[in-house]
Amino acid sequence: MPIHRRDVLRFAGAAAFSGSLPRLARGVDNASVYDLPRFGNGRILHLTDTHAQLTPVFVREPSVNIGIGSMQGQPPHLVGRAFLERFGISDDSADAYAFTSLAFEKSAARFGRLGGFAHLKTLVDRLRSDAGTERTLLVDGGDLWQGSGLANSLQGADMVEASNLLGVEAMTGHWEFTYGEDALRKNLEAFKGEFLAQNVFLTEEAAFNDAKALDPASRRVFKPALIKELGDYRVGVIGQAFPYVPIAHPRRFTPDWTFGIREEELQQLVSKLREIDKVDAVVLLSHNGMDVDLKLASRVAGIDVILGGHTHDAIPQPIAVKNASGVTLVTNAGSNGKFLGVLDLDIAKGKVKDVRYRLMPVYSELLKPDGAMQALIERLHLAHSKSWDDKVTTADRLLYRRGNFSGPMDLLICDALRTEFDAEIALSPGFRWGVTALPGQALTMEDLFAETAISYAETYVQTMTGSQIKDVLEDVCDNLFNPDPYYQQGGDMVRLGGLSYACAPAESAGRRISELTLDGGRPLEAGKSYKVAGWASVNPHTGLPVWDILARHLRAGKSISSRGVVTLRGVDGNPGLAE
Amino acid sequence: MAPLDFSPLRRLILKGAGLAALTGLGQIGLGLPAAQAASDKYPEDAFKQKSDADAIKALYGRSADASEQIKLDAPEIAENGGVVPIAVITTLPGVTSISFLVSENPNALAASYVIPEGTVPSVANRLKMAKTSNVIAIVEANGKLYSATREVKVTVGGCGG
Repeated sequence: MPIHRRDVLRFAGAAAFSGSLPRLARGVDNASVYDLPRFGNGRILHLTDTHAQLTPVFVREPSVNIGIGSMQGQPPHLVGRAFLERFGISDDSADAYAFTSLAFEKSAARFGRLGGFAHLKTLVDRLRSDAGTERTLLVDGGDLWQGSGLANSLQGADMVEASNLLGVEAMTGHWEFTYGEDALRKNLEAFKGEFLAQNVFLTEEAAFNDAKALDPASRRVFKPALIKELGDYRVGVIGQAFPYVPIAHPRRFTPDWTFGIREEELQQLVSKLREIDKVDAVVLLSHNGMDVDLKLASRVAGIDVILGGHTHDAIPQPIAVKNASGVTLVTNAGSNGKFLGVLDLDIAKGKVKDVRYRLMPVYSELLKPDGAMQALIERLHLAHSKSWDDKVTTADRLLYRRGNFSGPMDLLICDALRTEFDAEIALSPGFRWGVTALPGQALTMEDLFAETAISYAETYVQTMTGSQIKDVLEDVCDNLFNPDPYYQQGGDMVRLGGLSYACAPAESAGRRISELTLDGGRPLEAGKSYKVAGWASVNPHTGLPVWDILARHLRAGKSISSRGVVTLRGVDGNPGLAE
Repeated sequence: MAPLDFSPLRRLILKGAGLAALTGLGQIGLGLPAAQAASDKYPEDAFKQKSDADAIKALYGRSADASEQIKLDAPEIAENGGVVPIAVITTLPGVTSISFLVSENPNALAASYVIPEGTVPSVANRLKMAKTSNVIAIVEANGKLYSATREVKVTVGGCGG
């Protein structure tokens, strides 16, 4: 399949976004940027990793997203200007704001928030009616039902309603699993689309005990794929859930299920769709993460397009990967509702002749919010989360999360943990979800939930030796920088408060971390014990949820005081590192 | 998110990972030279060896060549280092034994099976793994030794996006 540059880049420099206009909001009628030229005979719309952000958000893309080995300098490991150059995006444009961290504060004031389900609904409906509803499909790559206080308190039930109203026809999952099997099954009963996961199986014990499965022979728990008719053609859509759910999260949520990449089972499924079901196109809806998808695309034959998520990489153009059957295109569609992937297919009997792909930023100020979705969001808010509207504090600086090593939002969380527990060191997970607050912006309780709302948010305090701390850092660092993507789990480095270190990403496992130094300058000693506070452990704990600790800290008027400096070694000039 | 919780207890358990010493049930009498595995005696010496190379030598008296006719099924990252499902199936003819080694375990040889004539050469078992390691499957067939190797990562965890 030939690749075409996304035509939509044209609008990046268009008048609507020129610097002479202070805001996009000069008129909702500027929405002509969403007029796409007609192409092909089938359209697939792809959302992923919205993390339950029902209303529009600010999210700063990372300025540190390092790739090493064969991944160095390749998408998604490009940031800042290297990203703009690779994808032909003009500096100082709305797209530069949506896709990179460049001039974030200034551009946020100019271009406003992105995403929001009412705005997404308007855009989705429009793109569906443009192409003909009977020839379109809306899919979601997972992490749709977690990420807000509202979703956490309702175990995702609110987001099932929003998903149904949006018209999601197929999805796969990741954080959806962390409400546990009962809650997930309840959500799936209410969900009108199909939940697809070819890579989730009963464990041998669960199968022996007759646990519920799709079919006992394969031991698959969920439907692996569906066939959708787009006009005269049939498209096979396979779901690939996050492969490492029981490792990255407490095992207690999914005791009966075993995951994994399951390349071989996937290949059998693709071959069956092609040879027995005679579909005309095969799409993989994946929550593997982009590096894993790029490797998988080189090893599994017969997939036309992998619509990817998990690593939150907003990649404007698909990456073409060669394999035994030809070429597979790999995409990744960003996070938090900021983007909508639009895949237009020109399908013929048994093959895809050509494609156009665009990753469209969802500029909330260019889209009129859909009335029905707006009403649903307001109803849910009034019924369940009104009490979280009160201001907790005001952001005293730009607070963001994304980046391989640290961010001010997580430093603030680490600060709260250290202060409230009187701990020398704090650890906070390297999640990639979470939104950005601008300086001077009021932070409400719901804003704090947007950084912390998980089903195992309990805090803990424990004693660890210096060498145990180093082992943990090395272990997590290998999950991020292992040269083989199949050994990565996605996510970023664990965040530290009260402890600085040097990191050499290109070194081998066990040799990346050095120069561990406590705040105040003393070196961390291998045999000495330290008081460590944290949250989001895979083992059960009983401490207050981290959002309460954070709120208490912020209400006391505290600002960031911890250090947690990471000095990078051996990555000078890496285009995954902004100057 | 796992990495935040260092569990000393879990580490201790993994370090003490006992090795499942399984010998075959069948009687095999092909009379292969120096092939301990082809006898039905418990290969005590082989299970005591520390390194994979020494264990293979003690068990079979020679080293193995990599073969693409062995399919070694193992997870990339173990969901639980205490019980890692590992399976082997091979298309090699004349298989008389199949053994499993975990290079980084305190004693590398984890299990050795004698395969009676006429048996489908397919073994699935669960191995304890102390830490990230190569897992080696050895297949003895028609008096020759073959191997397949895969790395299995054992991790305290890492958070997803």
